[in-house]
Amino acid sequence: MLNITDLEKKINSELNTKVSSSKIVHETLNVSIEKDDLKEVLLFLKSNPDMKFKQLIDITAVDYPNKKNRFRMIYLLLSHEFNKRIVVDFPLNENEKVFSITGIFPSANWMEREVFDMYGIDFQDHPDLRRILTDYEFEGYPLRKDFPITGHKEVRYSEEKKKVIYEPVKLEQDYRNFDYNSPWQGTEYIKEIKKNNE
Amino acid sequence: MSKQTKTLNLNFGPQHPAAHGVLRLILELDGEIVEKADPHIGLLHRGTEKLIENKTYSQAIPYFDRLDYVAPMNQEHAFALAIEKILDIEVPIRGQYIRVIFCEIGRILSHILNITTQALDVGALTPSLWGFEEREKLMEFYERVSGSRLHANYFRPGGVHQDLPRGLDADILKFCNEFPKIIDDLETLLTDNRIFKQRNVDIGIVSKDDALDYSFSGVMMRGSGVAWDLRKSQPYDCYEQLSFKVPIGKNGDCYDRYLCRVEEMRESVKIIKQCLEQLPKGPVKSQDNKITPPPKKEIKESMEALIHHFKLFTEGYRVKKDEIYTAVEAPKGEFGVYLISDGSSKPYKCKIRAPGFSHLQAMDYLIKGHMLADVPAVLGSLDIVFGEIDR
Repeated sequence: MLNITDLEKKINSELNTKVSSSKIVHETLNVSIEKDDLKEVLLFLKSNPDMKFKQLIDITAVDYPNKKNRFRMIYLLLSHEFNKRIVVDFPLNENEKVFSITGIFPSANWMEREVFDMYGIDFQDHPDLRRILTDYEFEGYPLRKDFPITGHKEVRYSEEKKKVIYEPVKLEQDYRNFDYNSPWQGTEYIKEIKKNNE
Repeated sequence: MSKQTKTLNLNFGPQHPAAHGVLRLILELDGEIVEKADPHIGLLHRGTEKLIENKTYSQAIPYFDRLDYVAPMNQEHAFALAIEKILDIEVPIRGQYIRVIFCEIGRILSHILNITTQALDVGALTPSLWGFEEREKLMEFYERVSGSRLHANYFRPGGVHQDLPRGLDADILKFCNEFPKIIDDLETLLTDNRIFKQRNVDIGIVSKDDALDYSFSGVMMRGSGVAWDLRKSQPYDCYEQLSFKVPIGKNGDCYDRYLCRVEEMRESVKIIKQCLEQLPKGPVKSQDNKITPPPKKEIKESMEALIHHFKLFTEGYRVKKDEIYTAVEAPKGEFGVYLISDGSSKPYKCKIRAPGFSHLQAMDYLIKGHMLADVPAVLGSLDIVFGEIDR
């Protein structure tokens, strides 16, 4: 059994050009790769006798609206045999597609559907890419940072129409985002006032 | 004349008592044989992950109670551990023991609910009546320690909110002594029951490899003979100091999973007993007042305590830029939190990994070729709770 630093070395040497960077944080190995190498890397991690990352724990994405590559895909794997976890990630542009890994891990099906639903990231060769958690005919991608927390539509039962109807969200009071940061550390609103005065 | 056959589409749920919540299952039937199952989920989606991104770390804890609402504290545990690891906080030993006690109480709560409702789904009413009486006692423990029966909001990064009230440890011990008898009673109703066995043995068989491929965890995986329990393999808090066994199934069918759950309840009782015996004295939460609030009494006398209190309940504590995945062995399987912090007092992202999500995903694989009447039995043994699946 390899310890975690040897594991890092081995992954780096066997996959050399495919790994753009790797680090060990909180006893977990983090490996950054390129988008196109995803399938090969995961297949290697799953089948190599020293790795045996046979279980896909989760797939998720992170939204960084201000970065050049807006999204970052994250794949969490677990090896039962060696009791190790690994995190594989890669940057992704807004209009790029990701290869579906349902062929390698069947459980990726719903996880990819969830990422598609929440972030609008498209998966190539996915057998059944539908929305999963949001409502039928939902619009927008809720976990993107530019999606408002109150949403766009609200639902109510209409007595006249005798059915459930969708309407734009009407709030009695706007959503209030309190800024609790200490004023002497320079909060956003004070910075804005200063900027406007200058 | 030639006979024509066609498949029948059947909508199971979302309002069906055997759907264990709001599951809409679209079944394609050939006679009574299920050819395809397509679960539609998300009817209980509340956007927990989005809400957590907009709340401070301490405001985020109550959302975890609302995920798997039959074992609330186990979820809080995963979130608390994530923050503790990032901030490198030491949890006082008494705090760890109390957390383990309540996690195991959560496990018993969840398993009672699952076993008895699974029995209910296949036709046995009495177990749920007996089981729920015990659940009520356990929820009373929840109430006594946290103030609410269900949505506890009790665990904190750095420990627990407050110490056990006087006499609670004795009452939990009393429960631990009485409860194995109740498990025996439940077993006399179910374990050798002819109908229960007919409905569960050899139904919904999961092989070892498929359990891995479909990202199963917890009892769903152990029922198939994979010896894996995060409490043993990646121990957190004081699980290392406790001795307990992990029951493993053999055939991977619904019946084995039922047996595993029964044994796990017995082991949980042993764990709680050990914890109560070893329960050390001392603080229950980290004494670092930048993270945990100072006692109310101090606020009246000390300016510093007042400032800490004010800062904690307005701005909240800041968590340095980091990323971490922490998982706990929740009653249903591996419950994980992938937390990305950006140095502010709110999480940048908090992905919740719910065990039930992967389990329900395998519904099509599990039920294909079974009879329609087996759908509730398989669903029951998956142990799904929509709070955590839909998030």
